[in-house]
Amino acid sequence: MTAYNFAYLDEATKRMLRRAILKAVAIPGYQVPFSSREMPMPYGWGTGGVQVTAACLVPEDTLKVIDQGADDTTNAVSIRKFFQRVADVAVTERTAQASIIQTRHRIPETPLIAGQILVFQVPIPEPLRFLEPREVETRVMHALEDYGLMQVRLYEDIARHGEIARAYAYPVRVEGRYIMDPSPIPKFDNPKLNNSPALQLFGAGRECRIYALPPFTRVESLDFDDYPFSATKAAGQSCALCGSTVSYLDEVITDDAGGRMFVCSDTDYCAARVAAGSTEDAA
Amino acid sequence: MYVAVKGGERAIEHAHDWLAQARRGDMAVPDLGVAQIREQLALAVDRVMAEGSLHDPDLAALALKQARGDVIEAVFLIRAFRTTLPRFGASVPVDTGDMQIIRRISATFKDAPGGQVLGPTFDYTHRLLDFDLADGVAPPPAPEAAASPDPVPHILSHLGEEGLMQPEPAGDAENAQDVPDLTRAPLEFPASRPLRLQALTRADEGFLLSLAYSTQRGYGRNHAFVGELRIGHVRVAAHMPELGFDIEFADILVTECETVNQFQGSKSEPAQFTRGYGLVFGQSERKAISMALVDRALRARELGEDMGDAPAQDEEFVLSHCDNIQSSGFLEHIKLPHYVDFQAELELIRKLRRDAGAVREAAQ
Repeated sequence: MTAYNFAYLDEATKRMLRRAILKAVAIPGYQVPFSSREMPMPYGWGTGGVQVTAACLVPEDTLKVIDQGADDTTNAVSIRKFFQRVADVAVTERTAQASIIQTRHRIPETPLIAGQILVFQVPIPEPLRFLEPREVETRVMHALEDYGLMQVRLYEDIARHGEIARAYAYPVRVEGRYIMDPSPIPKFDNPKLNNSPALQLFGAGRECRIYALPPFTRVESLDFDDYPFSATKAAGQSCALCGSTVSYLDEVITDDAGGRMFVCSDTDYCAARVAAGSTEDAA
Repeated sequence: MYVAVKGGERAIEHAHDWLAQARRGDMAVPDLGVAQIREQLALAVDRVMAEGSLHDPDLAALALKQARGDVIEAVFLIRAFRTTLPRFGASVPVDTGDMQIIRRISATFKDAPGGQVLGPTFDYTHRLLDFDLADGVAPPPAPEAAASPDPVPHILSHLGEEGLMQPEPAGDAENAQDVPDLTRAPLEFPASRPLRLQALTRADEGFLLSLAYSTQRGYGRNHAFVGELRIGHVRVAAHMPELGFDIEFADILVTECETVNQFQGSKSEPAQFTRGYGLVFGQSERKAISMALVDRALRARELGEDMGDAPAQDEEFVLSHCDNIQSSGFLEHIKLPHYVDFQAELELIRKLRRDAGAVREAAQ
């Protein structure tokens, strides 16, 4: 397809995106406004992630795209095909072989390494949005490090439910400064954000924001001394396919009599374990 | 038996094939030409151009055909095409006073220089289904009059001469390049009026209509009269610095609405009429009037009016939610898989219920 530039976006747009990304890397956790473009897929379907990926891609890259941890979910297929078509880059399902991984809602189980870029699709980048709907207000709150409202909110959860009732998009604090929305990953994945050797980039297209975690950034999930954060997943279950007890599990309803099974949400991790003949616990 | 979503790629391809077939419909019925859509569904084409922010009737008609008549989907196709086009520069401000009028009415003056021209309007038609149309009966030729060579000045300019109309800041042709561009810079608040108008002219017609209606019913009331509504062709020109003069490169149909609104005056300003402004591609008068009402409502702060909780007066609320490509994309994204988040919620709610049960048992 020669009608479009490499990776779809024109070079001037990529330059604008790269500037925003560099600024985001320089100020970890800070939401950098950028002039998001209309993309050929709908807003809310990963346009921010697609723009960030397009700005980072070079012809030598190997791209992996996952949605819900899986390479073969429909929107992951669609985005991967898009980049095959407009950038003609190599693609892979293997986490270890990818140089850029675009993801929605998960961080791969296989630990990332230096040199890899993980691009998150972000629906609502503002962690304070559901406490304060106005952008004018939340930007001031971030500037003044005025995060009392968030602490009160988490405290109210404990008062009402006995624990912080947040299962995903669990807010984090970056290098002791900005509170950041990690995108709707399950809080099980939050510890993987911390001190990662990979570069983590977050793109919110509709909301026109890019933010970043440079490699080896300190990322703490918000909690209280007496109510420490804990990463949770399906209690006491293991993957029905590969037997892993340490991976994040999806629940699948198997019949109409309440039968259900649990399987790894990370399909690459699971398939590799099955191929290796492992049905035992793995680290 | 584990039957997850393997085979997504093939499913997508087959779904697209089915879509293409469904779009075409019954093969025994002749294929619809793009020119037919452009000529006979002109108001849908106009709406796609306005909300797509791209003046190209042929592309808009093609988009409508491809979108099976779904206007928002057609707008999306146009936007996704438009975003790939390079931006050379800005035109000089269009002079709507120099418009070749096809329709021009005023609700505030019975007559005015240039006269009232009803034009091709649905107004005063009886909304009775015309069964002759189903049979493809050609309409009788419309009577024609010679076009008047007289200028058709804006009606509100007559009020302006008397000082009764709040003047707008003069257009700055020299610095046309400095006009904010919503498609090249992220929307940040507070927004200037030019930026607000830019957002409103590409906003969803239904959203603007409802907001405008809400101001009429008292949520941010500012009682508007339609001072003038005009539809016609305007010339679009760009200044060429190398040549030192303007070059006309297009002739486009636009709808302009100026409302006259009461303003009580304040300590610093005497009582004066104020203006709401709407300008939209094509023949789109419902949209233009709505835009003018919402524009005027959004000026509440600037004019020192009482700000209640009226949505139409809330700049961040209006501008953040008026774009139908943003809103429909985000709305429809909830049909994408959310198994991971839902699983996390499921575990949380099970745990909360377990804990609550244990507390209840302990209490008994």
